[in-house]
Amino acid sequence: MASAAKTPLDGASTTPEAVVVRFAGDSGDGMQLTGGQFTLSTALAGNDLATFPDFPAEIRAPQGTLFGVSAFQINFGSTDVDTAGDAPDVLVAMNPAALKTNLPALKPGGLVIVDEGEFGKRNLDKAKYDTNPLEDDTLAKYDVLKLDISARTIEAVKPFGLGNKDALRSKNMWTLGLALWMFDRDRKPIHDWLKAKFKSKPEIAEANIAALDAGHAYGETAELAGPLRQVHVDPVPTAPGLYRTLTGAEAVALGLVAGARLLRLPMFFGGYPITPASAILHHLVRMKEFNVTTFQAEDEIAAICAAIGASYAGSLGVTSSSGPGIALKTEAIGLGIMTELPLVIVNSQRGGPSTGLPTKTEQSDLYQAVYGRNGDAPMPVIAARSPADAFECAIEACRIAVQYMTPVMLLTDGYIANAAEPWKVPDPEIFERFPAQFLDQPNGPDGQLLPYKRDDKGARPWIKPGTPGLMHRIGGIEKAVDTGHIDYSPGNHQAMTDARKAKIEGIRVRDQQVSVGTKSGKLAVVGWGSTYGPIHQAVNRARRKGLDVSHIHLRHIWPLPANLEALLKSYDNVLVPEMNTGQLKTLLRDQYLIDAQPLTKTSGQPFQIAELEGAIGKFFDGVEGNEGGEVPPNADQLPNPVGVEK
Amino acid sequence: MNEMTTITTTLKDWETDQEVRWCPGCGDYAILKAVQRTLPKLGADPKNTVFISGIGCSSRFPYYVESYGFHTIHGRAPAIATGVKLANPDLDVWIVTGDGDGMSIGGNHTMHILRRNLNCQILLFNNEIYGLTKGQASPTSRLGTRSPTTPAGSYDRPAKACAFAIGAGARFVARGFDVSKKLPEVLEAAYRHKGAAFVEIFQNCIVYNKDVFDGFAAPKGAEDHQLWLEDGQPMLFANGTKGITLDHETLQLAIVDVVDGDWKAAGVIVHNVKNRSIAHMLVEIPFPQFPKALGVLYDDPRPSFEGEVADEKARLSEGKEPNLAALLGKGQSWTVDEDEGHPA
Repeated sequence: MASAAKTPLDGASTTPEAVVVRFAGDSGDGMQLTGGQFTLSTALAGNDLATFPDFPAEIRAPQGTLFGVSAFQINFGSTDVDTAGDAPDVLVAMNPAALKTNLPALKPGGLVIVDEGEFGKRNLDKAKYDTNPLEDDTLAKYDVLKLDISARTIEAVKPFGLGNKDALRSKNMWTLGLALWMFDRDRKPIHDWLKAKFKSKPEIAEANIAALDAGHAYGETAELAGPLRQVHVDPVPTAPGLYRTLTGAEAVALGLVAGARLLRLPMFFGGYPITPASAILHHLVRMKEFNVTTFQAEDEIAAICAAIGASYAGSLGVTSSSGPGIALKTEAIGLGIMTELPLVIVNSQRGGPSTGLPTKTEQSDLYQAVYGRNGDAPMPVIAARSPADAFECAIEACRIAVQYMTPVMLLTDGYIANAAEPWKVPDPEIFERFPAQFLDQPNGPDGQLLPYKRDDKGARPWIKPGTPGLMHRIGGIEKAVDTGHIDYSPGNHQAMTDARKAKIEGIRVRDQQVSVGTKSGKLAVVGWGSTYGPIHQAVNRARRKGLDVSHIHLRHIWPLPANLEALLKSYDNVLVPEMNTGQLKTLLRDQYLIDAQPLTKTSGQPFQIAELEGAIGKFFDGVEGNEGGEVPPNADQLPNPVGVEK
Repeated sequence: MNEMTTITTTLKDWETDQEVRWCPGCGDYAILKAVQRTLPKLGADPKNTVFISGIGCSSRFPYYVESYGFHTIHGRAPAIATGVKLANPDLDVWIVTGDGDGMSIGGNHTMHILRRNLNCQILLFNNEIYGLTKGQASPTSRLGTRSPTTPAGSYDRPAKACAFAIGAGARFVARGFDVSKKLPEVLEAAYRHKGAAFVEIFQNCIVYNKDVFDGFAAPKGAEDHQLWLEDGQPMLFANGTKGITLDHETLQLAIVDVVDGDWKAAGVIVHNVKNRSIAHMLVEIPFPQFPKALGVLYDDPRPSFEGEVADEKARLSEGKEPNLAALLGKGQSWTVDEDEGHPA
């Protein structure tokens, strides 16, 4: 294993197993675009990868400021990669603010590439640097490549007659060209992409291509001097087939379309703009040929109510939002539970409470999902662990919603929604079909209609308006067993409350498997959602050190898998890492009376592997080889809260 | 859609077996009967009819109509109805709401269903009070209304439901009152209108706001206090002895005397249901200085929302095969070959 001071780019190692690169610049510098295209080229090179886009909530924060910095981190390697990486090996900083906010994360000995041209007094002042960090000892611990990227870009695009302002827009392409050279990548897919993107403005496409090529050429000619070396990361051995890059938002949209197809139902999606959930609606709007109706509602409440109305009328109703929007939908979720209509609610969690951290990730809506309603209102909750997993989880949510006639909440988070990973495109034929059934004739004795008569799963029939002879009334008021008429009587409310609870608790979910490790032992690390990647890696590393630790990852948060209690009780210790203050921990303690220990983080940033290794290590004091993680957990690895001096 | 069908029903066919639970003497009974009387005339089909309501006394309505019915949550009936109608445009959707439900907690949805112009009938029962929660002042309560929450009299200015509707872009606005014999005609016109049809029905809450509409709704003096509007007919009241004119100096409506039935000479204007400006004025004229404008105030159809949604869906789907395998593999993709184990 590498020592703390060594990076994959050090010394003779020009074929490292994995590399972490972070592009950081002003929010107007196009860093997300650069990262996205670098991701594509990485995927095409056959590396496994995971990304972490990290951008401010402001669309265009004032230029050069600390809070306007936008970053994109990618971890790619020749073996399985399932986190965006802890500390970057390479940091590309397009201005002083980007350097200041991102430098603390860089691995000691890592490479910093800076655009010298942006380090004038004005930008240094905005980044609150008293002296120029390129001229003092700020970067002493690192390899530094100072380049006037701005000037070189202007030079490269000169033939196209653009003004300086327009010319500088291609700075990110110059940088991307250099990165493509560094990692031995093909430029052609990026050329093609630029030509397609600027189809109607060929001169802009050509200027960008020229900038990209110039950055690449710079790498070739400058190689002999200085810290710049070309690095080759071998492709990861991969199963044959068709692959694509996939973000969580795309995965959810595709999974919903697939789920509705497996149900043989039209889909109705009601949404209201909110970060980071809006992208799901953007994707679905373009899938109308799959019998998808989309509706941008006047508010979150209308979005879910319209979805409930559509489900009532026989479509698969879906709505999506993020924490504060889900809070607004809560009363309507109760209506869905009471009227027992299928509904899928996607919650792309973000930092809270209130508006919180709109563009940062957190897992703090578990209580809201499981408990957060008036009355005894049980609802299934499923959590996706990655973009690719979100596809299957969405299908699962559709299935449960219809088979059990219930709203279902699917949890993703800001990290899953925005991050991309390579995805082996599945053959839609492999998925089990589960066509929806509608009642078409009276189901009671003597031709009586019983809208709340339950099947062996506890589900009531789905009755579409328009069906002859089955007219009936439903609503949010407590309904009588079987008939569904209004009935507030004590015995009836008890019976219906019990029936709703039994139905949800009886949902059959797959038995819980151990993701890594053994079915019993000293320590189980139990996680859910997007912490899957770092926990998985940390447990793997700890096991390589000989520690008796296993990883259990929950997809079904409610109901929990039937075998989970026995499984968790077979370990001496249970550690629950979460990006909240300990919500799953509480749930597990509540359900099983086990001493689940929390490991919590609410910085708006994903867990680092090293942090988890450190926490695991604490359970193995005195065990040889337990000196913590590859990189010692260090508060400096967390990006400094914007504008706050440490 | 509100196409004529050949369905034959009677009033009895639209009655459910549920015991009606409104207070004895409540105006809701009369409205229920008016609706049940109108539905057979429309040739409406119970299986394709859906009554959707929010919360409040009026919102119990769906339980008493033998059709499909959905009693939802406070203020949200228009949003639920939007989903129902977009999912199945063939259904006849009726929304039943009240002044608290539709103008206060659900005001936002009322605005948007009107501006979008979803093809449905919106019946807003206005009794100027919160009945089901025991008599608090509502957004339409008159200034000075004494209630448990306004013991010294209400001081927030009342909203005018029809003015709100026109302002929100409604293409059909009508008014009636619970015991009026003409209410079925108003309901029928609302049903015939393609698009969102907004009907304000003044309704007597005999427990918390008794007889508050007697000024115009009481049989005695009705001729003087009710201005029933009819398309193409002069705006006359008081047995034809008075009419409404447009004062060209002030650009406001005014009352004129009509002598010997010569309304033309008196300058009485003819009601044109497509005249939006006059509709605005009719909902703003003060009572009792003017009679209460009733009937169809405005009716000028525009394409309906569910039609536009369906058109857009058809347009965006045109020439596209719903091929799921192709959709999943779309975008920036690459193939890993059998022998190489890495991208080709």
